[in-house]
Amino acid sequence: MQRNEPIIKLDHLSKTFKSKDSVVNALDNINLEIQKGEIFGIIGMSGAGKSTLVRCINLLEKPTEGSVLFDGQDLLKLNQKALRKSRQAMGMIFQQFNLLMQRTALKNICFPSELSGLSKEKAQTRALELLEIVGLSDKANVYPSQLSGGQKQRVAIARALATNPKVLLCDEATSALDPATTHSILSLIKKLNEQLGITIVIITHEMSVIQEICQRVAIIDASQIVEIGTVKEIFSSPKSSAGKKFIYPSSSKTQHFEKNRCIRIVFDGDFTYEPIIANMILDCREIVNILFADIKNIDNKAYGHLVLQIPDDNIAADKIITYFKMKNLSVEEVI
Amino acid sequence: MFSQTVINMIGRGIGETLYMTLFSTLLAYIIGLPMGVVMILTDKDGIRPMFYLNKVLDIIINILRSIPFLILMILVLPLTRLIVGTTIGSTATVVSLVIAAAPFIARLVESSIKEVDFGVIEAAQSMGASPFEIIYKVFLPEAKPSLIVGSAIAVTTILSYSAMAGILGGGGLGAIAINYGWYRYETEIMIVTVVLLVIIVQIFQETGMRLAKKLDKRFK
Repeated sequence: MQRNEPIIKLDHLSKTFKSKDSVVNALDNINLEIQKGEIFGIIGMSGAGKSTLVRCINLLEKPTEGSVLFDGQDLLKLNQKALRKSRQAMGMIFQQFNLLMQRTALKNICFPSELSGLSKEKAQTRALELLEIVGLSDKANVYPSQLSGGQKQRVAIARALATNPKVLLCDEATSALDPATTHSILSLIKKLNEQLGITIVIITHEMSVIQEICQRVAIIDASQIVEIGTVKEIFSSPKSSAGKKFIYPSSSKTQHFEKNRCIRIVFDGDFTYEPIIANMILDCREIVNILFADIKNIDNKAYGHLVLQIPDDNIAADKIITYFKMKNLSVEEVI
Repeated sequence: MFSQTVINMIGRGIGETLYMTLFSTLLAYIIGLPMGVVMILTDKDGIRPMFYLNKVLDIIINILRSIPFLILMILVLPLTRLIVGTTIGSTATVVSLVIAAAPFIARLVESSIKEVDFGVIEAAQSMGASPFEIIYKVFLPEAKPSLIVGSAIAVTTILSYSAMAGILGGGGLGAIAINYGWYRYETEIMIVTVVLLVIIVQIFQETGMRLAKKLDKRFK
């Protein structure tokens, strides 16, 4: 990955919400660098502070401490007018789409252009182009109430792109959508990243979203970033307990096997699709029990992980683990 | 049934009632609409929280709204004389109608704008909208159907106030109903004026509701 100037840099960022009788630390000393052109994920449970974090990037929430650098500019030092100008260089989409209900899809997409002072004709031309990009050319004059969730999010994406922003902030953008629609929206975001080179920041509580399109990920737990790295690194060996919670199969799926010795094997795309378990059994003459498996075949490469129960006998176990490691798979004991 | 004089009088009454009602509504909106918008802006969860301004406006609105209209009319008589030069007739009534209706309209506007989803406001902010742009590109257009329903309520309320003003020398159908129907026992005239008032209210209310429904793009 190219390591040039980060487009977004959060430096010792903290946010405290004060009410009459309580003080809530929503963000605590966050340090984060997001590189130009990458798809960066921020994952956390609800209440971890991820939504506040993304709102601190465009200053919808004002951090209590620290600084927010966007494209080399300290946003907290800007006056209101300059800040509004900077916000036009950052698009944002939301879980609930937040479209203007009394405007057509086309007029919604024209909205940010109107704010930036573009002429009506130019705004309209740009909006039509964007509708084409998001695949909704036929819905230009339709009102949001007549669109499905996925279509609304497409309009919202087109609207966010109207001012040619450098960054697209996605706040739980797929959380209100069904899995198939989620997939199509994520593909669209990925396409925009590849074609326009726009930096994407994705906030989510779903690991599958991170795996599907992000290159790097930060895990946020109890107002702090507990782990940060490439999706590959973190998926194959999460260090933090929050990371493990997101990545390991949920305990409800495996708990009745907990007494046994188990290993988790991660497929991160380096491995081509071969019947690895069957081959191991034939080659090692040891048996295993598959407790959990979640593997996707993307472009004939395997992505995902599986959990195997292996014999308690150390020699047999070592033989199995060595076999998988020789195949360049990442293996770790989970219990 | 009625002499030409009575018919002419009733015709003039309708004109005066419409004049008082519509002119007062217009003036009351010129005052009440910005008041309602300011209430929303300066609310503690608004986009420009200003505690004291919000509180002061809130108290003024509540005080004006709690004074019964007939008492308010008497209280503002000096002001009416100052502005119009007289305290009787339709134009004089407009002064007290505006003072009574503006705070009511401010509340209607406030509650209409409150219906606008906060997420949409946040989205506009994220696109770099200024507070002024949020007012005229988000608040007012998004709340338009509800604002129209509110204006139908405002018009009909002002109409019934204007009829009440007949007691204190105001003009219009209300004055005819009181002067002829009540003081002179001409029950027929009273019945006719009341029926006419009912019809006018029906027309305003129905028009407002239909217009709001037609313009609302949320359910289709």
